[in-house]
Amino acid sequence: MSQNNFLLEVQDLKKYYYKEGFLTSDKIPIRAVNGISFSIRKGETLGLVGESGCGKTTAGKSILRLIEPTSGQVFFKGQDIVRLDREGMRKLRPHMQFIFQDPYESLNPRMKVEEIVGEGLEVHRVARGKEKLRRVSELLEKVGLHPQDAQRYPHEFSGGQRQRIGIARAISLNPELIVADEPVSALDVSIQAQILNLLMDLRDQLGLTYLFISHDLRVVKYVSDRIAVMYMGKIVEMAHSEDLFKRPLHHYTQVLLKAIPKLDLSQIRERPLLKEEHPSPPSGHECLFQARCPHSREKCQTEEPVLLDEGEDHFVACHFVS
Amino acid sequence: MVKDDCGLRYPQMMESQLKVFWRYFKRNRLAIFGLIVIAVLFLIAGLAAFLAPYDPGQTNVALKLNRPSPHHYLGTDQLGRDVFSRMLYGSRISLSVGFVAVAISIFIGILVGAVAGYYGGWTDNILMRFVDTMLCFPTFFLILTVVALLGPGIFKIMVVIGITSWMGTSRFVRAEFLSLRERDFTQAAKALGVKDLRIIFRHILPNALAPVFVTATLDVATAILVEAGLSFLGFGVQPPAPSWGNILTEGRTYIFDAWWLTVFPGLAILMTVLSFNLLGEGLRDAIDPRLRGRR
Repeated sequence: MSQNNFLLEVQDLKKYYYKEGFLTSDKIPIRAVNGISFSIRKGETLGLVGESGCGKTTAGKSILRLIEPTSGQVFFKGQDIVRLDREGMRKLRPHMQFIFQDPYESLNPRMKVEEIVGEGLEVHRVARGKEKLRRVSELLEKVGLHPQDAQRYPHEFSGGQRQRIGIARAISLNPELIVADEPVSALDVSIQAQILNLLMDLRDQLGLTYLFISHDLRVVKYVSDRIAVMYMGKIVEMAHSEDLFKRPLHHYTQVLLKAIPKLDLSQIRERPLLKEEHPSPPSGHECLFQARCPHSREKCQTEEPVLLDEGEDHFVACHFVS
Repeated sequence: MVKDDCGLRYPQMMESQLKVFWRYFKRNRLAIFGLIVIAVLFLIAGLAAFLAPYDPGQTNVALKLNRPSPHHYLGTDQLGRDVFSRMLYGSRISLSVGFVAVAISIFIGILVGAVAGYYGGWTDNILMRFVDTMLCFPTFFLILTVVALLGPGIFKIMVVIGITSWMGTSRFVRAEFLSLRERDFTQAAKALGVKDLRIIFRHILPNALAPVFVTATLDVATAILVEAGLSFLGFGVQPPAPSWGNILTEGRTYIFDAWWLTVFPGLAILMTVLSFNLLGEGLRDAIDPRLRGRR
């Protein structure tokens, strides 16, 4: 499977959290990520969308082993990184970086920008001292900040500037893969576009591959080559961006697309029906979306649909593809 | 001023954390009072040799148990030694015991708390059960036992107080670590491939230290009190070396004839402990933003 040009291959990745029952020793699993599989080619951007709490961020962090996955395999250039030991993983980390959602949380308040952006260089013995400062200045210029900003502390910057610092840190070790976890959702709309453009420019300049996590379909459409839609820890549909927007097959995707706010009032159609606001936790083998799906039939309650190719690389997990 | 992202930056836009801290701290008059008393105490301890009118060990039986007077500001004891001079030298003992013992206790507390909080799991479990066990011992009697076995002596006391009082520190250092290790900036360091030790010392510890210093201040007060207690019971600093605790003990016999032998060291201990407590509480309130509005 490593022969093809996939940079990242995720297979049946699971992350369960266990909630201990009151007065019993039974542990109730919470299936945050419930067996997702996908792959990303080098230079490609895969958008991962879904509502809050569907496991997007957990998936992203598990892939980089910032959270240890419960099971599954993650192949980076054909190597299963889940099986690597601590030190092996540490050595591989420069190749894959993470951009965080909240720029106010992701920078250590007690470190100067130089230390934040240059830490990777120092730890991996790429550069130190004056050479490190020179590289940090270059990185800061690359993300649209001033080289002098290296001597400042994070609290002296605005949200957008902080996100730029986070991006500079992420690209400091020349990674190939970047997992961007809602990199713009904490920012003002006017700044979102700047940061998105910066991410796209960097992708072209440095040949980056992105796993772009977001709940905002417009943002994802703008940056992604392919899009995967997640629902309750599973991928329900995955297709090329254009294709997904033109021909959404899963009812959940259709609902998501229709929920994008539109300015043109004449285009607003009747909202499609969602049956239940809060689906109960799944009991066994059923379609996870079945409780909310208006097209739900008997088969949906007894058999879980698998992700199947409907042609043109368009995968969907539904028994009754509309 | 309005924040924006159009390439403009206002370096002075936000105050540094230290300035904010000081602004809130100085509003607390009691804490300022504590700070001043402690500062004066440090001066006295440092300059005891110059300030003391007499040699603290110089006996003169002809002058025994004299009342406070212009010659002997705080009177003399049963051997005719100048109480004022002895108190000045005694402050050195109190402060050094307080600080050295707390330094030892903080060191152990941070080490145990950091390891337990960062690694979690069974490491955490073992260490925290050990802390629980340590907390089961009545500290003062544990110290008494150890001193009884090893014999009295100021350095032994510092060490023993230190190794019996780190549990509180380790508990909340652990709590801080538990929450800080989940923060994004720690995760970012992990993603960069920073080693555990460096994450602990460069990323987490600096952010966990402020509350440690607050409790440390409060712990100094406790340590001073414990030393005074030990010396009072005769297990602490041994005569003729003066400490507030043993001046108090020696004066106990003459409490009805020479009140100054017990009242002044007692007051000194009270003031010192009170000041450290006031300072500690002031620091805590100024550091914790949730408590800032209250005063």
